[in-house]
Amino acid sequence: MSGRDEDFLLPDGRIVRHGNRERIVHWAIAIVFIFLFLSGLAMFSPFFFWLSALFGGGQLMRLLHPFCGVALVLLFSPYAFGLRRDNRWTPADANWVRNMFRYMNKSAHFTDTGKYNAGQKLMYWSMVPIIALLFLSGIVLWQPYFAPAFQAPVRRAAGLLHAITAFVMFVGIGVHWYAAYWTKGSIRAMVRGTVTQAWARFHHPGWYRDVTGKNP
Amino acid sequence: MALETQDIQARSATTTSSPPSARHFQPEVSKLIDLSRCIGCKACQSACMEWNNLRDAVGSFGGAYTNPPDLSDQSWTVMKFHETDIDGQFAWLIFKDGCLHCSEPGCLKACPSPGAIVQYANGIVDFQQDLCIGCGYCISGCPFNIPRLRREDSRVYKCTLCSDRVAVGLEPACIKSCPTQALSFGSRADMLFQAEHRLTDLHERGFSQAAVYNPPGVGGTHVLFVLPHGDKPEAYGLPRDPQIAPLLALWRSTVARSLGVFTMFSVLVAGILHYMRHGPLEVPGEGGEGTKEGQK
Repeated sequence: MSGRDEDFLLPDGRIVRHGNRERIVHWAIAIVFIFLFLSGLAMFSPFFFWLSALFGGGQLMRLLHPFCGVALVLLFSPYAFGLRRDNRWTPADANWVRNMFRYMNKSAHFTDTGKYNAGQKLMYWSMVPIIALLFLSGIVLWQPYFAPAFQAPVRRAAGLLHAITAFVMFVGIGVHWYAAYWTKGSIRAMVRGTVTQAWARFHHPGWYRDVTGKNP
Repeated sequence: MALETQDIQARSATTTSSPPSARHFQPEVSKLIDLSRCIGCKACQSACMEWNNLRDAVGSFGGAYTNPPDLSDQSWTVMKFHETDIDGQFAWLIFKDGCLHCSEPGCLKACPSPGAIVQYANGIVDFQQDLCIGCGYCISGCPFNIPRLRREDSRVYKCTLCSDRVAVGLEPACIKSCPTQALSFGSRADMLFQAEHRLTDLHERGFSQAAVYNPPGVGGTHVLFVLPHGDKPEAYGLPRDPQIAPLLALWRSTVARSLGVFTMFSVLVAGILHYMRHGPLEVPGEGGEGTKEGQK
């Protein structure tokens, strides 16, 4: 559903970076995530319990939250599976990570980045296990369907694990949002699907070469 | 609610202090269950159903007098009949199961909904079903496995220690029905005194291990048991050293949760600062999204 097979050069010179299906699924995941994020926060800390009003009250919010979690897993699993090849870890990525802070203050730039840079790959490889753990611990907590099947100590451990992994996910997605905003052109790529050749050559030279056949 | 809230000393998912008690004198109450006097007649169980208008489903015979087989959203107290061996002798132990009204309630600590679980100044721990969201965290939080989720309305129920009766100066319904004075109710100091007195009797009768069950791990309970075999609380189905589980304490600790919220805010602040210091990452000479090529 994504990857290089779908990325191609348009006659007007733009490059398709995210296909229609990939973009729709991405934004569906984003909406479900925000729903989960806000309702989860409400149950995480009394400071945010007022957010339950957004979901028609605490009862309805508690009822909807796990179903949204299942929706997230159903949307995310095929999406992540489709992105796996472009997120393979390479020696160049290790170099990127070593120079990460220099990249962030714009004193380093890389000429060998593929479709995704190492930061994006780290996001990908952290979200895959995090979402799996959230799903499994969420099942253990899910009243009234599954929770009664587990012993209280298991449910307590699941509650803690769910909170910790959700916290990691919130922070991770926060970084994801900022990185998208910071790297001009990437939100447009995920909304409209295309990037300019200059953008591709600058941010993802390896991918630019694969798509256009030209040397960056 | 105005006057009632002044009697609340702890409230779930509430970080600010509980309402100041303008009415200062509120003695702690306790129920004393002397199991050496209990004959297992289940009058307390019936009285509980009567007063609280509860009707459990008719179940099936499970080979013991225990009926229904366990606590439920419709059975807030259940007589349990344990057949066991004590010191090589058969023992038939009768136990009245139900909420113990901990001084440090795990249910209240686990609850994410503000005010869904309250602890009154008299020590009674009460669920406010109108605020309950049905997450079941109190069930995991309870060291005694007491609260029960009602599937029909997704709210959790348990013994209220007849807080409605106690509030108007009556004793709980179960106390009123007990024919053998196995159940007593009164101020906590009186009940502890009476329990010690009962222990002296039991010790004289040869129950040398008789003890009062008032576990310190949960700060003591407002339901006290006199156990003839006090060295074996497990034989009655009671945990030896109940406490708020460390995992639960960590999960619900204000420090850990505040740290989490603070870190999430820090990401936002870090983003703003980074953008102010370094600006956006743009393709050199292209000016990002605003170029002619980008607008095609």
